[in-house]
This record gives sequence, structure tokens and C-alpha cells, in this order.
Amino acid sequence: MIFDYNVIWDSLPLYFGGVLVTLKLLLISLFIGLLLAIPLALMRVSKSVFINFPAWLYTYVIRGTPMLVQLFLIYYGLAQFELVRESALWPYFSNASFCACMAFAINTSAYTAEILAGSLKATPHGEIEAAKAMGMSRIKLYRRILLPSAIRRALPQYSNEVIMMLHTTSLASIVTLIDITGAARTVSSQYYLPFEAFITAGAFYLCLTFILVRLFKLAERRWLAYLAPRKH
Amino acid sequence: MLNGYGSTILDGAWLTVILALTSMAVATVLGLLGAAFRLSPIKWLAVLGETYATVVRGIPDLVLILLIFYGGQDMVNRVAPMLGYDDYIDINPFVAGVFTMGFIFGAYLSETFRGAFMAIPKGQAEAGVAYGMSNTKVFFRILVPQMIRFAIPGFTNNWLVLTKATALISVVGLQDMMFKAKSAADATREPFTFYLAVAALYLVLTSVSLLALRYLEKRYSVGTKAAEL
Repeated sequence: MIFDYNVIWDSLPLYFGGVLVTLKLLLISLFIGLLLAIPLALMRVSKSVFINFPAWLYTYVIRGTPMLVQLFLIYYGLAQFELVRESALWPYFSNASFCACMAFAINTSAYTAEILAGSLKATPHGEIEAAKAMGMSRIKLYRRILLPSAIRRALPQYSNEVIMMLHTTSLASIVTLIDITGAARTVSSQYYLPFEAFITAGAFYLCLTFILVRLFKLAERRWLAYLAPRKH
Repeated sequence: MLNGYGSTILDGAWLTVILALTSMAVATVLGLLGAAFRLSPIKWLAVLGETYATVVRGIPDLVLILLIFYGGQDMVNRVAPMLGYDDYIDINPFVAGVFTMGFIFGAYLSETFRGAFMAIPKGQAEAGVAYGMSNTKVFFRILVPQMIRFAIPGFTNNWLVLTKATALISVVGLQDMMFKAKSAADATREPFTFYLAVAALYLVLTSVSLLALRYLEKRYSVGTKAAEL
């Protein structure tokens, strides 16, 4: 028998548990990443070198190094310092879920910040002039005009980033978490059926990817309708 | 340097560079094939190309690496006895790594190349035909040189992602710089130092690539004018 269905059928609960872990990791890291990305994006569009440069350096370094290295630096690396091991935060830093979420959030914040900064820079000049002509303050200009429209226009690129992050969460299996990939690795080593185990994991990811693509299509239809080509 | 582990890590870095370059070569070939399939007027070829691109891009790199590396090995050894070959076949991690990365990034590149071919104005190929060039000549003399210019930004991006993704091959035991750093970290109990060194090396690699590809982009854009905003 070339493909063993029974084992996969029996391990489906393990995979569904993995789906929950994957989604939890994805949602937490995307949420924190987005919170970090907005101030970073604002820094990236600043004309002042002292504000712009730190944010540029942050995104450059994070985007220039592999996710796996960042994850290992946080999960294995920080334990090297006694200061960290004896601090009150050690229970968190010795926890794989916490470290994975933190590493993923930092990673996605850099990519998201660049997407948002690009979108902010692409704001039509007339909108800003109009806001100034209405006598809006800088803060009001950002809050009412720039950010809402920039975040909307960033949606198509952000959907790519979200799918990349879904794929990135598979690295959590390397630091012992049982997400979808972790479930597949467990099945693979328990029954020695690597082919079946990873094909199933791939199918789960494919479904999740399609669902995300679909959701973003709906979101774009809702929030980017004004940019869609005219139908008549 | 680095408790004497500096040179082993540099050896690993060399392997990473070689792995990335050979994988990119394989990926470029597969990407061009994929793009040709997807643009082909023959229906089943187009469907095949589309399936390849969609499925591979929908699954995480790590899962594909584990699938091809462990699953592929397993499959080969399940199928080989049926063909009358009874020895256990052990796949070389470097070869497996190159083909896995090439297979994955070929799908991403097929998207880049397809977009680049479609960005060439129709009149260009028509003009070539009007001059009496054969289809092959039109393809290599007119389409390919212009396609390269449109493909460079996407190609740069894919190259950077691929370079960083090679770190994942260490998970299946290829002794690249990530693997060497892990061994050194385990031996000296100084993980932060070694992973930081590897991060710095990757940063050098990506920075050099960015500069090189920016130069290439300038070269291929000679004679075109950028839109001024």
C-alpha cells in the first residue's frame, strides 16, 4: 500500500489541535505586529533623520535576517544571559509559545511597517492639501486622512504578508510547539510515515491559505470598493 | 574568533552561498518553464503550470522541505523495491536541498516571469514577426532581454527570500552556517553569540545581493526613462 489513510484518519484530532495552535500564533503575532508597525511606519515617513533612521535600521535588520535565526536568538539565545535568567520575566522567556509569538510579532512588524510606509507615501497630494486647507492639525491629519486611507490601500499587500506569516508559524514546530507542522512531525516519527504526515499538513495549510485569500478578497470588496474599476 | 568556531561557521556560510546560488539556478529554470506553461495556449499545460504555482505557494517552505526530504526519501525507498532495487537509498542532503529550494522558488519565480512577459507591449513581438524573424528568434532577441528588465525587481525579492530560507535546510541536517552555529552554541553554551554572528553574516549576504542586483537593474534599464512623480 502506497498511501496509508488509516493512520492519518486516526491522527486527525492531533491535526485539528495543531490548526488551533497555528491560528492562535498567527492572530496574536499579527495583532502585536500591527500595533508595533503603525508607529514604525510613521517614523519611516518622517523627514527627520533622527526619527527615520532607527526605524529604517530596525526594518532593514529584521528583513535582512532569516526568521529562524531571530526565533533562535530569542528562544535559545536570551538564556545565555544571567540577567535574563534571574529576572521576573524568565518564566515568559523560557516559554516556547511566548518566544515564538514575540519573534513572529517582531518579524511581521518590520514587513508591515514598510508596507504601511509605502502606502502612506502614496497618498494623493491633493488629499493632504485639502486637509491643510480645512485647518486640520498634524495629528488630526494623520488620524482622519492619512492613516485610514493608507491602511485601506495597504490591504492587498498586507494580505500577502498575512499569508507569509501563516507559513512562518510553521517554524514554531522547531521550538517544540505542536502546530500543524508539529502534529505532522509527531505523526511522522510515531508511525514512520513522513510522506503521508507532511502531505496532510500541506493540505491543511493549503485550505487555510485559500480561506485567508477569500477573506481578504471580501475585505477588499468592502473597504476598497472606491478604487475598483467601474463596471459600467 | 568566536572561541575558535569562527572558521567552521565561515565554512558553513560558504555552503549557504553555494546552496543559495545553485538553488536559484534550478529555480530560474523551473520558473521559466512554469511561466511558459502558464502562458501556453495548450489548456492542460496551462492548468499544470497554474496548479504547480498555486499549490507550492500555498504551503509553508518548512513543510515542503520536510515533505520532500523525509517523504521523498521514504517514497523512493518504497518504490525502488517494486522496481527490483533492494538497497536502501540515502539521498544526499545538499542535492535534496538544492532541488527542494529550486522546486519551491521555481513556483514563486514563475509568477514573476509570467508577469514580466505580460508586461512587454504586444507590438514588440509583432514588429519582430514583421521583420521576418522566426518565433525562436523573436523569443530570444526581443522578448527575453526586455522580460529580464521587468523581472529584476521580483527576482531580487525572490533571491533575498531564498537566501534567508536556506536556513531551514539546516533542520534536515545540511551543515550550513545555521547548523554549524547550532553545534557551536550547544558546545559552548553561548547561543546568543553564535546566532548573532550568523544573523550578521546573513545581513552581509542580503546587503551585498541588494547592491549587486540594484546595479544589474540599472544596466538593464539603460535607455528607459523612469516616471517622475
